[in-house]
Amino acid sequence: MSARRLPLWEVFIRSRRGLDHKHVGSLHAADPEQAMQAARDTYTRRQEGVSIWIVRAEDIHASQSDDAQAFFDPAEDKVYRHPTFYDVPEDLKL
Amino acid sequence: MPPISSPGAEARFDATIAAEEKIEPRDWMPEKYRRNLVRQISQHAHSEVVGQLPEGNWITRAPTLRRKATLLAKVQDEAGHGLYLYSAAETLGVSREQMQDDLLSGRAKYASIFNYPSLTWADVGAIGWLVDGAAIVNQISLCRTSYGPYARALVRICKEESFHMRQGFEIMQTLCGGTSEQKAMAQDALDRWWWPTLMMFGPHDAESAHSQQSMQWKIKRQSNDELRQKFVDQSVAQAEHLGLVLPDSDLKWNAARDHYDFGAIDWDEFQRVLNGGGHCNRSRIKARRDADQDGEWVREAMLTYADKQRARAVEDAA
Repeated sequence: MSARRLPLWEVFIRSRRGLDHKHVGSLHAADPEQAMQAARDTYTRRQEGVSIWIVRAEDIHASQSDDAQAFFDPAEDKVYRHPTFYDVPEDLKL
Repeated sequence: MPPISSPGAEARFDATIAAEEKIEPRDWMPEKYRRNLVRQISQHAHSEVVGQLPEGNWITRAPTLRRKATLLAKVQDEAGHGLYLYSAAETLGVSREQMQDDLLSGRAKYASIFNYPSLTWADVGAIGWLVDGAAIVNQISLCRTSYGPYARALVRICKEESFHMRQGFEIMQTLCGGTSEQKAMAQDALDRWWWPTLMMFGPHDAESAHSQQSMQWKIKRQSNDELRQKFVDQSVAQAEHLGLVLPDSDLKWNAARDHYDFGAIDWDEFQRVLNGGGHCNRSRIKARRDADQDGEWVREAMLTYADKQRARAVEDAA
């Protein structure tokens, strides 16, 4: 076993033009170039993508699921952010 | 950062499972749930990786270029499936090196079926048809597992796996439509792989060590015996189509159960092979150890090259 470890990269793929990149998994590689080639071989063997992003896993900051309720709560009582909140005539194409 | 336990965390976990929602990496989870998943996902990954060996053995001897290209693609998929699964297991805080170490030291298991040798070309057909067929039955059920990253890896795997079974069945079909010698080869492969394939689903429900807890936590969604029955039921018509005989004199339709009855599985053989007494246990692990050792200088060189590139970039910027 190697004393030093190959760092972990997260892989995001755009499946076709017009769509967002979407997280598909992770892999280990020494540098971005190798990570890119490994991502192609691992995650696009059947033309699943037209573009790949790779990001060092340690560079990703994520919200804590434990705080999720408090963190996302402020949006809960703001129903006026949705069009259905407003009472307007149905036939005027508003 | 490991999820912090807070009051009500376990109740929230139970409620999430009960609501058929997925558990995600940063959620609090019972330590036993985590360990159970690490064991199952890493063993699944090891099985994909070791599973390359019996078939990889035949790549250079595939009878046509078409067969060689498809077998190569299939074996490459198995490597990919191993990587999806290691990636899912790593979200639970276990390192790739640790899992690799557990495989090489024998602490972790892999599907025992890969300790059987692939003696003839017909074995490649039988493995694709039966072993991948059984794996699909199991994996389709697992797509509904409660752990998000595992479920997502399985959806991807299932999409890719159906070609594996079809290419195997096609090999069997070709052999069965050939000379009597070729058909006998297909029957011989079926005779040797049928029972080990039924063992792949694991011990009977009553004797399965981890099953009950796994079902409660919805890690597993259907029991070993349910899945095994499903596989037997689907295989009968397939064997008939090939004109081959499943090697089980007790196999017969049971109208009352609406299923096929089948004979007793030799669990002594299962235990013997699982515990190292199979034909290929040692050579499989040796192949993995060799690959690890032979690749060490490559990984070292990759890291050294990356260091050099980084240093050069800093120099250029200065």
